This record gives sequence, C-alpha cells and structure tokens, in this order.
Amino acid sequence: MKNGLGVAQSIVLFGGTSDIGQAIVSDLLRPGVAHVVLVSRNIEEADRFGQDITQRYPDIDVHHVRFDGQDAAAMTRVVQEVVSLVADIDVVIVAQALLGDGIDFLQNPHEAIPLATVNFTATMTLLLALGHQVNQQGYGRIVLLSSVAGERVRRSNAVYGATKAGIDAFALALDHELSSGGGSILVVRPGFVTSKMTTGMQKAPFSATPAAVAKSVARAIDSNARIIWTPSILRWVFMVFRHLPTALWRRMPF
Amino acid sequence: MRQKLSGWGRTAWSYSDVVTPSSSQDISAVIAAPQHRGVIARGLGRSYGAASQNAGGTVIEMANDEASPIALDPRTGVVTAGAGVSIDALLKYCVPRGWFVPVTPGTRFVTIGGAIGSDIHGKNHHVDGSFGAHVLSMRVMLSTTEIIELSPSIRPDWFWATIAGMGLTGIVIDATFQMLAISSSMMHVETERLQNFDALIAAMGSSSDDDGYRYSVAWVDLLASGSSLGRGVLSRGEHATRDQDSRSEPLVYNPKVRVSAPPWVPNGVINKLSIKAFNEAWYRKAPRRRTESIESIAGFFHPLDGVRQWNRLYGSQGFIQYQFIVPLDQTDVLRTVIGQFADAGVASFLAVLKRMGESNLAPMSFPTAGWTLTLDIAAGARGLPELLSAVDTVVLDAGGRHYLAKDAHVSPGAVRKGYDRFEEWKTIRNEMDPTGVWKSDLGRRLGLVDP
Ligand SMILES: Cc1cc2nc3c(=O)[nH]c(=O)nc-3n(C[C@H](O)[C@H](O)[C@H](O)COP(=O)(O)OP(=O)(O)OC[C@H]3O[C@@H](n4cnc5c(N)ncnc54)[C@H](O)[C@@H]3O)c2cc1C
Ligand SMILES: NC(=O)c1ccc[n+]([C@@H]2O[C@H](COP(=O)([O-])OP(=O)(O)OC[C@H]3O[C@@H](n4cnc5c(N)ncnc54)[C@H](OP(=O)(O)O)[C@@H]3O)[C@@H](O)[C@H]2O)c1
Repeated sequence: MKNGLGVAQSIVLFGGTSDIGQAIVSDLLRPGVAHVVLVSRNIEEADRFGQDITQRYPDIDVHHVRFDGQDAAAMTRVVQEVVSLVADIDVVIVAQALLGDGIDFLQNPHEAIPLATVNFTATMTLLLALGHQVNQQGYGRIVLLSSVAGERVRRSNAVYGATKAGIDAFALALDHELSSGGGSILVVRPGFVTSKMTTGMQKAPFSATPAAVAKSVARAIDSNARIIWTPSILRWVFMVFRHLPTALWRRMPF
Repeated sequence: MRQKLSGWGRTAWSYSDVVTPSSSQDISAVIAAPQHRGVIARGLGRSYGAASQNAGGTVIEMANDEASPIALDPRTGVVTAGAGVSIDALLKYCVPRGWFVPVTPGTRFVTIGGAIGSDIHGKNHHVDGSFGAHVLSMRVMLSTTEIIELSPSIRPDWFWATIAGMGLTGIVIDATFQMLAISSSMMHVETERLQNFDALIAAMGSSSDDDGYRYSVAWVDLLASGSSLGRGVLSRGEHATRDQDSRSEPLVYNPKVRVSAPPWVPNGVINKLSIKAFNEAWYRKAPRRRTESIESIAGFFHPLDGVRQWNRLYGSQGFIQYQFIVPLDQTDVLRTVIGQFADAGVASFLAVLKRMGESNLAPMSFPTAGWTLTLDIAAGARGLPELLSAVDTVVLDAGGRHYLAKDAHVSPGAVRKGYDRFEEWKTIRNEMDPTGVWKSDLGRRLGLVDP
C-alpha cells in the first residue's frame, strides 16, 4: 500500500532491462519502498539493476519474474505471479517494446509481426490484466511508455508508430474505464531518448536522457496527470505536426 | 457505492465500497456477504492516515448521532452510547446535565468507536489516562456477526485488544463509560510563555507542579532558533468551579463553527513564510507571565473546530501529522528531533508537546509515560521520506514509538520495534478474526493484518 508521502511500497517494471524503465524505478526509490519486481525475459541482465537497487536500499526486496513479451496469452498468469509476490501493486511501469530500426518491412512483411505483438497485442492484454488488478485493489497507478511516434505516424517508422498509436489510444480509453474504480493509467509520450533502443541512431531534436524522462514521470505519478510529454515542449510540437496538411507531412524528411 | 476516501490529512486516497447501515442487522448482512478484500469500520474519518479506509474492499460508515439514544445515568455519570455517536453530540447532551467526557481529543468530531479504536488521549492523559481506561464495557460484533460483550473482566484480552485495535478486531456497536462531573461549562485556564525548550521541559516535567492540573499541554514554535529553540506557550486548565463562573446558567454549552475553509485552495498557501509569521504572532500574543483566564470548552479543547475543513488549507497534496512518544528521560531526543526538522527546513505550525502518564493494558495503546510531540507537515515537502525515516530511527532507538491514528508513513518494522507487545496483539487479533475479515489500508501497509 502506498503511503501518505506518495511513496510506493511496491513497484513493478515490465521490461526489467529497459533503460527508461530502470531510470523511472530508480527515481521512485526512497525509504518506504518495500518491493521491486523486475519482469523481464533476461533475468541475469535485469539483476544487474536488481543488485544496484539492493546496494542503495538494502531493505528493499527485489524479485524477478520471467515473461516473454510476445506471449500475449500469458499476461494474466504473469500478473498473478507478480501479485503473489507483492499482494498489491502500487505502481507498475510497462516499458517493453521493439523499435524495428533498420528493418525493410516492405521486403519482409512478416518482420512486422513481433512489433505488433510485443508493442500492441501483448501490451494490450497486459494492460487489461493490470487494469483488472488495480480495479480490485481500489487504487494503483499504471504507467505506459508510449511515444510521440504514435501521435502522427511517419513513414520512416510506420510499423513502430502505428503500434504506439494503437496502444496509446487503447490506454487512454482504458483509463476512463478504470477511473471509477480507483485505478489510473499514465500515458507517457517521450520523444527521442538516448537508450539501448536508439544506440547508433542519429539524435532527433529535443532528445532527452532516461533520467530526465524519469524525473517528469515520477512527478506525474504523484499527480492526477493522465498523459505527459517528455520533454513537455513536444506536446506543442506534435500538436502542430498533427495538423500539418498531409501533402506537407508526407514530404517531411523523417 | 464505490467512493474515494482518505483520512484527515487528505493523502493516500483509495476507493472503497461504502455502506451506511441503519441497524446492527445491516452490519451483519454486510459482513456475512462474501468479502473479497475485507471490511473496516469508519467513524468521522479524523484519523490522519488510512486507518478507516479499505481499498477495493468495504467500509462501514458508523458515524451517526441519531443511531441510538444516549443513555446517561444522571446520578453516577455512567453513559451508554452507540459507537457512531460523536463526542460533539455527547457533549451537547451531557454538559448541560453536568457531565463531561472522560477524554477529548483536539476535535469534538470523533466518534466513540474511533475513540476506542485509537484509544485516544487528551490534555489530561498525565492524570486520567486514555479513553480506554474509562470504558466499563462494550458490545462488539465479531467477524462471525456474533455480538459479544467485552469488559476489563469479561474476556479482558479481547477487550484490551479492541482498545487501540484500529478497528481490526471487530466492530464496536456501543460502549458504556464513566463521565466526569463538572459544575460549569467554562474552563479555568492558566497560560504562560516559556522562552526556550529547557524552560518548557522544566515547567512540565514530572517533578514540576504539572500533576496539579487536570489539563496540560504546550505549543512549541519549531521555527524559532538559537537561544529561542523550542520556545512555547504552556496552557493548563481545570473545569471552572461555581465561584469562578458567575453566569446564572453555568452549564450552558453552545459551541459554534464560525467559518469554512474554501473548498479549493491553491497549493503553497501554507509555506515556511506564512507558518513563521503565524508562529511568531501567536507566541507574541501569549502573556509573558502566568495569566489566568476563563475560556469556553470549545475554545480550550477544540480551537480548530472553529474552522470547518481546515485540512483543505494544505492544498491537493495534503499533509501529515507526525506524532511520536519517547520515554521521560529522553528529553535530549526531543531536542535532536526538533533540530532534525529545523536543519531540514521543514516548517510546521505549532507543534504540540505533552507529558503523558502511565500506559494502560491495551497492547497497541500509544501513550506511555513519556513525552509526545506532534507536528503537521505538508505532504509534498521535498525530501520528506528521507527526513522522516531518519527521525523514525532516532525515535525508535530511544525506545519510542508512533501513534497509528496519525500515521501515514512508518514502516512495518517501526510498529514491531515501537510496540513491544505487537505480536501478542496480533495473536489475539487472529483469534478474534480467524477468517481475516477486518482489513484497512493502514493494516495492509503496516502488516497489521494479512493482505
Ligand atoms: C484536529 C484533530 C485533533 C486531534 N487530536 C487528537 C488528540 O488530541 N488525541 C488523540 O488521541 N487523537 C487526536 N486526533 C485523532 C482522532 O482522535 C483519532 O484519529 C480518532 O480515532 C478519530 O475518530 P473517528 O471517529 O474520526 O474515527 P476514524 O478516523 O474514522 O477511525 C479511527 C479508527 O477507529 C476505528 N473505528 C471507528 N469506528 C469504529 C467502530 N465502531 N468499531 C471499531 N473500530 C472503529 C477505525 O477502523 C479506525 O481504525 C485528532 C484528530 C484531529 C483531526
Ligand atoms: N528510446 C526512445 O527514444 C524512446 C522514445 C519513445 C518511447 N520509448 C519507449 O520507451 C520504452 C522503453 O524503451 P527504452 O528506451 O528503455 O529501450 P530498451 O532499453 O530497449 O527497452 C525495451 C525493453 O523491451 C524489452 N523487450 C523487447 N521485446 C521483448 C520480449 N519479447 N519479451 C520481453 N521483453 C522484451 C527489452 O528487453 P531485452 O533487454 O530483453 O531486449 C527491453 O527491456 C519502450 O516502450 C519504447 O517504445 C522509447
């Protein structure tokens, strides 16, 4: 159960190896946190972060749960496994995703399937399972890492952008469904973030570090916010982008 | 109906299914229905943290001044009242008849059930003990829906586990307790200003004349520094006698709520500057030398009740009230703690300092011979979790503990370390509620019950 200072007693990260996800968890750590659950497909890798947590906060119990982000049908079971470890979930961050950078999807249409599955189908079932849990709890904050890429999908990352557009739209509506029961969803729309996902790529304007994203997210978790952009200026940039005439948008260089 | 609830501090909101029973049959019907996330009783929600809410589960709203008549024996002052009856209603009924509640907190808007659940204390603790000490018997509904009578001689272990049991042993239906005879509704009060912490401690200490006053409490200015560190105003009183009260009807009692806080207050209205100015003005206002005055019951005991919903003044992030106690010989620890808050730059309106008397038989009762300090802090203050965790350690290492009715942040370990009879209480609790029906957010966070 979260306390009156806004400290989460239990924090869960799906995509336990995600750079942004780990930065958010780090930002939430303070006296009062009792459990961190890292849900990942690579426990060994995730535990490097786990050990880091234990070193900073010896009182925190770090748990690992294995999951395959492609296995949409398994999400209810995975959530149950998490719940069996921590009882109630105070804050859960959903970070797993694939970018598909450098893949020629026109040549290899089947390559779009894992992106659609991990970023959309399985994340959707995960959000539903988590939504059910927080609804039963009568409180609980779900953080979804979406992306500005979904706000107006561009040709250079159409597959990724479309999966983010879909999951983003779904999460906003699911939040409405949950709000009368006490749970809520925070949709985070970062721009370019320097992380594992983007190594080797050329930085886009308004790029941010995972730590900077984490800071805004931590503040938003404490508030009533349902959607944030990081950095916040992207909200206005993409508002303009959304309204550009298609003729102009299709000729944009990205 | 699913409803968003918090305690008086307006933090840690959660949603519970709230039911308002009109009889004990209604209550048993709720308990008998399958309850996935348990049930808790709620009084007037004046606990600061999450004691009377139950995220995803059921909350039974007990507060109801009309639920049962107040049965007062005008000769003995023994009264029986429904658990949902407020001290406000009780005073309105009993004061004109010459009887006062044995213990009142700093607000009259608490229920008898809440007074028992938290085993509340007042300004008279050093003389009269806490509320539980005055309870002669009570009827409690167990999780089987059976209603049993408990008293210091009938199932005393269950009786004392329910006193300060935070609603986690059963639902108090009604209680019988001893009132205090008074001959005036006025208070005879002595006020004096003390220029620093040592002077304050000396004036209130066990070797002082403090035990000669039924009511005694001091307000401390935590923002004063240097040689004024811990300066305060000591206020002590007694119910006025007939010769001190010249009114023709000395038992007339007519408390008033004067104003309401606006429903929406921007964040930051209460900040370090406004607090400092307030504390300074208030200290200056108090008489330099010991001064006698006659005050009303409301003015002396319940000054904050004059402003309805003053808790909203802290804005949307709410506030917490930090209350701990340390043994009598640990005055240095008080000084350390005051220093910790000062160093961190955390501002608090007047902190309250009181010397408490002996503890009672309830394993989870907070008061014990020692010094208790209480302060209000805006919940959003930067670095607060770190600061409070450091203060908690100092308090616990000194053999102290925290008041659960106020708590919004301590760790499960802090309860086990502070309350040395915790395991004993938990065993009795589990015996009274083997199927684990009673649950609250506070109980979950602190592991008082299984999740
Ligand atoms: C301005 C202010 C000043 C205060 N001053 C003091 C003070 O001087 N001394 C002090 O001791 N406290 C003080 N308090 C705290 C307050 O007295 C306690 O929190 C009290 O328990 C509140 O009673 P309530 O009716 O609001 O109950 P709630 O806050 O709703 O509930 C308190 C606890 O009692 C349980 N409970 C309520 N009804 C029942 C029932 N029928 N059967 C079983 N359990 C029940 C609840 O489950 C919960 O655990 C103060 C609070 C405020 C807001
Ligand atoms: N970086 C950016 O510029 C940026 C911008 C906007 C939004 N985002 C979003 O932010 C989130 C986190 O990204 P990040 O930057 O932190 O990148 P990251 O470090 O690459 O994190 C992506 C995570 O997804 C996990 N994952 C992928 N496929 C999986 C599968 N099948 N099963 C289990 N886990 C799987 C990865 O696990 P492995 O380590 O095991 O591969 C990794 O933990 C993502 O949702 C991303 O879309 C990122």
